[in-house]
Amino acid sequence: MDLSFSAEYEKFREEVKAFLAANWTKEDAAAAPPVDERATLGGAVRTDSRANELRRKAIERGYLYRHVPKRYGGSERPPDPLAQTIIAEEFRKVQAPHEVIGQGPSMLVPTLIEHGTEEQKQKFVLPTILGELRWCQGYSEPGAGSDLASLRTRGVREGDDWVINGQKIWTSDAQHADWMFCLVRTEPEAPKHEGISYILIDMKTPGIDVRPLRQMTGTADFNEVFLENVRVPYSNLVGKRGQGWIVSRSTLKHERALIGSSSMTRRVFDGVLMLAQSTQLRGRPAIQDPIIRNRLVELEAKLRASEYHGFRQLTMSARGEEPGMAGLVSKLYSTQLGYDIGKLAMDVVGDRGALAAGEPEAPFGGMLVSAYMWSLGVLIAGGTANVQRNIIAERGLGLPRDPAASRR
Amino acid sequence: MDFGLTQDQLLLKDTIRRFLEEQCPTTRVRQVMDGPTGHDPELWSGLVDLGVTGLYVDAQHGGAGLELLDLALAAEELGYNATPGPFLGNALAQIALALGGDDEQRRRFLPQLTDGSRIGTFALGEADGEWRPEKVATRAERGRLTGTKVLVPYGSLADVLVVAARDEDGPGLWLVEQGAAGMKATDYLCNDLTRRLSQVELDGTPGVELPGGAAAAARVRDAGCVLLAADAFGGCRRMLDMAVSYAKQREQFGQIIGAFQAVKHQLANLACELEPTLSLWWYAAHAFDRIQDESAHRAALAKALLSDTFDRFARDTTELHGGIGFTWEFDLHLWFRRAIFDRSFLGDANDHRARAAELAGW
Repeated sequence: MDLSFSAEYEKFREEVKAFLAANWTKEDAAAAPPVDERATLGGAVRTDSRANELRRKAIERGYLYRHVPKRYGGSERPPDPLAQTIIAEEFRKVQAPHEVIGQGPSMLVPTLIEHGTEEQKQKFVLPTILGELRWCQGYSEPGAGSDLASLRTRGVREGDDWVINGQKIWTSDAQHADWMFCLVRTEPEAPKHEGISYILIDMKTPGIDVRPLRQMTGTADFNEVFLENVRVPYSNLVGKRGQGWIVSRSTLKHERALIGSSSMTRRVFDGVLMLAQSTQLRGRPAIQDPIIRNRLVELEAKLRASEYHGFRQLTMSARGEEPGMAGLVSKLYSTQLGYDIGKLAMDVVGDRGALAAGEPEAPFGGMLVSAYMWSLGVLIAGGTANVQRNIIAERGLGLPRDPAASRR
Repeated sequence: MDFGLTQDQLLLKDTIRRFLEEQCPTTRVRQVMDGPTGHDPELWSGLVDLGVTGLYVDAQHGGAGLELLDLALAAEELGYNATPGPFLGNALAQIALALGGDDEQRRRFLPQLTDGSRIGTFALGEADGEWRPEKVATRAERGRLTGTKVLVPYGSLADVLVVAARDEDGPGLWLVEQGAAGMKATDYLCNDLTRRLSQVELDGTPGVELPGGAAAAARVRDAGCVLLAADAFGGCRRMLDMAVSYAKQREQFGQIIGAFQAVKHQLANLACELEPTLSLWWYAAHAFDRIQDESAHRAALAKALLSDTFDRFARDTTELHGGIGFTWEFDLHLWFRRAIFDRSFLGDANDHRARAAELAGW
């Protein structure tokens, strides 16, 4: 075990600072365009030309997209959590744009790197990691949620094209996306997991109708997507025909998203901590309330556990070890923690939590409730907590598979 | 950057595990716990031969010169096995000597506590749940100690006690030998049947001060927190293994109960709760030697989270076993009881969280 910020890392920190000092001014940071609505749950992400100019230089220096090969636009460096922590910290300090957050960079890019054709990688990876191409994920359907492999959107080959018919739902950001990576049933006779293909669809293709769905927070961040005789080139297939299920699972092997999620949780927690220090609750700062204080430390311990768990997973991956149980629990652990943190934020503001955005006395402009509700959203997104529990029990503990789940 | 165990560390764990599997099955654990002292000299000498009692002792005093992480890995395996005996107190006495003793004290005592010829323990706790070294009330005046120490591991068995007390210069650590004048050690009846605790009364009892005791006392407590966290993790692992294995054998309604989603999910929740905590105590153990400004805080977090987790495991795995899990004959309660020791010794989880908040400057 070696976690030291050795002299080597301190030198590295100075390098990153010098790079930012030379390439990113206070004016650059202040010149943020209006909040980018395309940003997903990760919050605002700048993708204007000034931001991407810096991003490109940072990639050249090896600071960003270390998991993406150089020939596709990344910086191709071995995982190094300490270096990545330093980079993230220094970028945050000067409000410099870091990696683009979203389903394109976090899900599509690793999938393409593993399964895409050379042409697909050349065409899509760089614009995606620069945020110039925005993606949505066409997985869930009205009848295929937890049982995703029962999806029914059909793809039929006609000459050099796929013709796709069906409906997707809960599609985050479909209204802003340029492209969709989509799971489509192409082999109706095959067992359900073996009849699916992973196909890229240009959202400007005729026959696509995106209708917003309003979620419990009151805003509409996801959609229904109707596909009627949508015709896309056959070459938009990623991986082999009928192997879309395996292709889509490959993302699970990439730990990057996990690391991202714990740094996101850290940001939310730090926000709640500041809130507890600055909010008066029953006549004193909330953080002096013994119960709030106790729960803050309890969650701090879990958050640290989750962060160090990320270190451990990166080490396992660098050593070529199978992640096993360590990988299976990450999502469930971090989403439960996210909910607990959101709940604590509500308790910190006490009865003022009743007030909604628009009410002058609402703490944080009423945004806390939205964050609290979103912590439930992520408990569901990408496989509900109960599905995660099945996976942990079956793959991690070797308990029997649910017989109904493996039926055709 | 590397956050994982070395080959040597994996080998150490494996060696201890195999030794305990062979030499200390729960039938033997039960013999020891039913005995008068809760200590098995033959088992202890086996652990001495394996080097378990010398991991944190430097080579010139007969040890392996390793770090707290290595010692904690041993504690994890002992916890997995519910191993009875004075490992914890002996290790804490060694750490106190290593960090706070002078050359002569180290030369005199460390080899004995390493080769098994004598046993050490650490007497910190006092009445009203006080485990902060800076708050102890036991008085030292001109080399004589007066006060009452509570929950001292194997306080009546240990040959050498490292006692937290205070004199006119403030808090510190003193060495007291078993049977010294005015000392009286009385064993409690304990809920944990695998580790004994005693009350130690001191009335003008001669003691020798550790010159570096003032600074060492809190460090020894921190090390203890890490070792308890590791013990708790080992215990949780064992309880989960037992529950999973039971769920794969026990049939009801025509199928093994592990096929029912209610059972699967309860087990999955436990696995999920446990897995990341490993990294918390690894980190705390590593920080003890390598990142000292974070050490006290992380040790407090680890002790609090792992002892809570152990409680939860005790509850849920007992429930998962049904009636058999509630019997005396079934071994599960050995760990249920061990969880009660781990939550109590060195102070409870709420106390450590309160300290952690202070340490974080909140």
